[in-house]
Amino acid sequence: MSPPLLGVEGEGQGNVSIVAASASMDCISQNGSGLKEHNYLGLSDCSSVDSSRVSSLSDDNKNNLNMKATELRLGLPGSQSPERDPDLNLLSSGKLDEKPLFPLLPSKDGFCSSLQKTIVSGNKRGFSDTVDGFSEMKGCVYTEGNWMFHGAGSDSETPESVGQGKFPSNAGINVMLTSRPSGAQATIMKEVPSKALQERSRATNGTSGNEMKTSNNNSSAPAAKAQVVGWPPIRSFRKNTLATTSKNNKEVALFVKVSMDGAPYLRKVDLRMYSTYQELSSALEKMFSCFTIGQCGSHGAPGREMLSESKLRDLLHGSEYVLTYEDKDGDWMLVGDVPWEMFIDSCKRLKIMKSSDAIGLAPRAMEKSKNRD
Amino acid sequence: MNYFPEEVLEHVFDFLTSDRDRNAVSLVCQSWYRVFIGNCYAISAERLIARFPRVRSLTLKGKPHFADFNLVPHDWGGFVYPWIETMAKSGLNLEELRLKRMVVSDDSLELLSRSFVNFKSLVLVSCEGFTTDGLAAIASNCRFLRELDLQENEVEDRRGQWLSCFPDSCTSLVSLNFACLKGEVNLVALERLVTRCCNLRSLRLNHAVPLDTLQKILVQAPHLVDLGIGSYVHDPDSETYHKLKSAIQKCTSVRSLSGFLEVAPRCLAAIYQICLNLTSLNLSYAAGIHGTELIKLIRHCGRLQRLWILDCIGDKGLGVVASTCKELQELRVFPSDLYGVGHAAVTEEGLVAISAGCPKLNSLLYFCHQMTNAALITVAKNCPNFTRFRLCTLNPTKPDPVTMQPLDDGFGAIVQSCKGLRRLSLTGLLTDQVFLYIGMYAEQLEMLSVAFAGDSDEGMLYVLNGCKKLKKLEIRDSPFGNVALLTDVGKYETMRSLWMSSCEVTLEGCKTVAKLMPRLNVEIINESEQVEVEASPDDRQKVEKMYLYRTLVGPRRDAPDFVWTL
Repeated sequence: MSPPLLGVEGEGQGNVSIVAASASMDCISQNGSGLKEHNYLGLSDCSSVDSSRVSSLSDDNKNNLNMKATELRLGLPGSQSPERDPDLNLLSSGKLDEKPLFPLLPSKDGFCSSLQKTIVSGNKRGFSDTVDGFSEMKGCVYTEGNWMFHGAGSDSETPESVGQGKFPSNAGINVMLTSRPSGAQATIMKEVPSKALQERSRATNGTSGNEMKTSNNNSSAPAAKAQVVGWPPIRSFRKNTLATTSKNNKEVALFVKVSMDGAPYLRKVDLRMYSTYQELSSALEKMFSCFTIGQCGSHGAPGREMLSESKLRDLLHGSEYVLTYEDKDGDWMLVGDVPWEMFIDSCKRLKIMKSSDAIGLAPRAMEKSKNRD
Repeated sequence: MNYFPEEVLEHVFDFLTSDRDRNAVSLVCQSWYRVFIGNCYAISAERLIARFPRVRSLTLKGKPHFADFNLVPHDWGGFVYPWIETMAKSGLNLEELRLKRMVVSDDSLELLSRSFVNFKSLVLVSCEGFTTDGLAAIASNCRFLRELDLQENEVEDRRGQWLSCFPDSCTSLVSLNFACLKGEVNLVALERLVTRCCNLRSLRLNHAVPLDTLQKILVQAPHLVDLGIGSYVHDPDSETYHKLKSAIQKCTSVRSLSGFLEVAPRCLAAIYQICLNLTSLNLSYAAGIHGTELIKLIRHCGRLQRLWILDCIGDKGLGVVASTCKELQELRVFPSDLYGVGHAAVTEEGLVAISAGCPKLNSLLYFCHQMTNAALITVAKNCPNFTRFRLCTLNPTKPDPVTMQPLDDGFGAIVQSCKGLRRLSLTGLLTDQVFLYIGMYAEQLEMLSVAFAGDSDEGMLYVLNGCKKLKKLEIRDSPFGNVALLTDVGKYETMRSLWMSSCEVTLEGCKTVAKLMPRLNVEIINESEQVEVEASPDDRQKVEKMYLYRTLVGPRRDAPDFVWTL
C-alpha cells in the first residue's frame, strides 16, 4: 500500500510534525519490515520500537540527523559500493560548492538495481495495513476542495501566516535539519513523541485506533489548516470536472462493513475496487492480518509481511475462518458461490467468521478453497 | 524574396525552428503568414498587421500561466475582441485563430465568424467568456470551417442547438472537439454532421453523447484518427454494445483516444482492439476507470507514446505502463483524490519504474505524494532526454521522506543530466541550492515554475544569472525580494514575463523596476480592500502579486481597477 498516506496523516497534524513523525514512523516501519537499506541517513539506530527510543529521537538522533544532513552532498553515484550497506550514502560527502557537483558516471548495473530495489523496499512499511485505515480519516482531512496542508510548524501559527508565509515552515524544517537552536525546534520535538506513540500503539494493539481517530479529529479542527489558493496546481476546469465525476462515482462506490470475529473494530471496503473474489480476499487478508497474527512491528525478520499474508491465507482457506456476507434478504451466505457482479449487487456487509461459528457452511468452505487453490 | 511562391516560402521557413531565427527572417520577409504571440499585451493588433499584412494564422496567449490556478482575478484581461475587430477592419484574410487563456465573448465569436470568409480553424484552450451561442455563430457562418477545437474551456450552456447550426452544406469539418461542454447536444444533428463530413478525422464528444450514438457515429466515420468518447455506459449484454464492438473493429485508423467521462468498466473490452494501435491515450478525466480495469486496458497499449492518466493507477499500475509502453515519450499523472475518496496515489516508486522502462520519455507532469532524491537521481540517469519536467508533490514543502533532506540534489541531477531541458517545475522542500544547480546546468531552460521554495534572494539570482535562455519565470510563496528583483533588471527584457506572488518584493522594488525599464509593463494586482493609490500606499509594503512583461506598446488600456501599472 502506498506509504504516502502516512505523509497525509502527518499533514493532519502539522507540517513540522510530518518531518518529525515521518522520521519516527520511518524508524518504526524499518523495524517492522526489517529493511534498513533505504536508510540513507544511517538511521538504523532506531532498531526497536520503544517509547524511550522514540523520544530520544529528539535528542540523539536529531543530532545524528543534523550531522548527516550537513554531510550529505551530491556525490559520485557510480563510486558507491553496490552492496546493501546500511550506511549506504547515495550522496557521498563533500562540500556544497565543490566542483564538479554531480558528474554522472556510468554506474554499475548492480548499483542501479540496488538503488531501485532500495527505493522499492524503502516504501514497504509495516504499516501497510494500518495505512488502509487512514483512507477513512483522510476523508475527514480533505473535506474542502482546496488542498490543505500546514504551512507552518506549530498549531499556534495564525491562518494568515500559514497561508502566506511559508517561510516559518521552511525555517522550522531547516532548523531541525541544520541544528540551529531555536524555540520552534523545541515545539517541534515535543510533538514527536506523543504522535509517534499514538502511531505505535495503534499498530500494536489496535485498540487506540478509535482514540487516534478522535484525537486526530480534535487536533485537526482547531489546528490552523490553511486552504492554500491555487494548490495543487491543477486547472480549475479539471478540478471542477473531477469534482463532479467524483461525486457521481461516490454514489457508485460500494462501501460495505467488514467485521472479523475477535477484532476490536470493523473496517470498510469499496467493493467496486475489486473485480474478482481473489482480489477481495487478498485485500481483506492484508487488512486483517494485524488482528490474526498479533502485534505488528514486533518482529525484525525480513519478509514478515509475506509470512503473515500467507499464514492468514491459510487460515482463511483452511479451517479457522470463512468469509461470509449478509445479502439483501438478511441471510448470511458464503462468499464465492455466485458470479462476482451478482455478489456485489446483493452484498450488504461482510464478516470473517470463525469456522466453528459457521458450522453449516464450513464443509463448503473447504471445498471452495480447494477449488480456488 | 517576394518572387518566391508562398508554398515554397512555407517550406523554407519550416526549417527555421528557433524563434530567434524566425523573428529575424520575419523582419525582412513580409510574406510571413503564421504568427505566434506569446503575450497578447506585448504587441498591439495594429502593429501586428503593419508588420505582417499577410498573416493568415494567429496564435495568441493572454493571461499568465498561474491564472490556471485561480491566482489571477477574473477580469484581469486578455480580451480577444479588440484583436478580431482590428483584423476585421483591416481586411485581413484570417484563416486560423488559436487562443489560450483569453477572454472570448460571444460578440467576438460572432464578429470572427462574419469577418473572415476563408476562416478554417478555431482552437480555444483554457478560455472563458463565451456561451454556446457564440459556437452557434461559428457553426452557422464559417462556410469552410475545418476545425473547431475546444479544450478545457469554461463555456456557458445556453441550451441552444449550436450543433444544428452547421448548415447542410457544411461538409468540410476535419476536426471537432466539444468534450468540455457541459450541456446537451442535438444527437441527430451530430449524427447527420458526421455523416456528411467525410473528411472528419478527429472527433471528441462530451459527456452528453451516449454510447448508442457513439456506435452510430463510428459506423459513419470509421476513418477517425482521434476519438474522444463521451459517455461510455451501457449494458454489456445488449445488442447496442455488440454493434459498438463491431463498429469499433472497423476503426483501424484510431491512434488517439480520450474521454470516458462516464464509464461502465465492463464495457471496456470492446476497445481493447483499438488500444493495440494507439499512440496517444488520455484517461485523465476517466475517473470511473481504476484498479484492475485500468491496468488491463493499459496492457493492450504497447505502442503508446503519450499517456495522460489519474494517479489512481498507483505505483503498481505505473509498473505495468513501464513494462508495456516502451515507446512512451510523454506521461502526465494527475491527482484524482482531491476530495478524499481514498484511491491509491503514486509515489517516487512509480516514477522510477517508468524511467527504467521507458527510456524515450521526454515530457513529464507528475503529481505525487512524495519524492526522494534517490529516485530523482535514478530518473535522471535513466531518462536524459527530458525537455519538460514538472513534478508536483501534493504537499509543496515536503522533504525527501527517507532522508528528510530537501530535494535539491534530486532536481540537481535532473538539470545536469537532461541537457535539453526547456521547462521545469519544482516542488518539495527546496533550498537555494537547487537554484544554484539550475543556474549552473539548465542551459536550455526557457520556463521555470517555483512554489514554496528557496531561502533567500540568492536562489532567484542564481537562476536569473545562469539561465541564459530563460523566457518565463513564475514564482509563488518564496522568500525572494527586492535584491533579487533589482540586481539585473535588464534581464527582463530578454524574457517574456516574470510573475511573483506572495514573495518578499515590495512596492518600492516594483516601482524601481518600472522606472528603470520603460519597455516593461510592471503590473501589480491588489485585490484587498486598500486605500486608494493617492493616499500614499507604503512603498515598503509587500506586493501580493506582480506580473511584469516586455512590451512594445506601453501600459495597456484595458486594465481593471485592481491592476496598477507602475
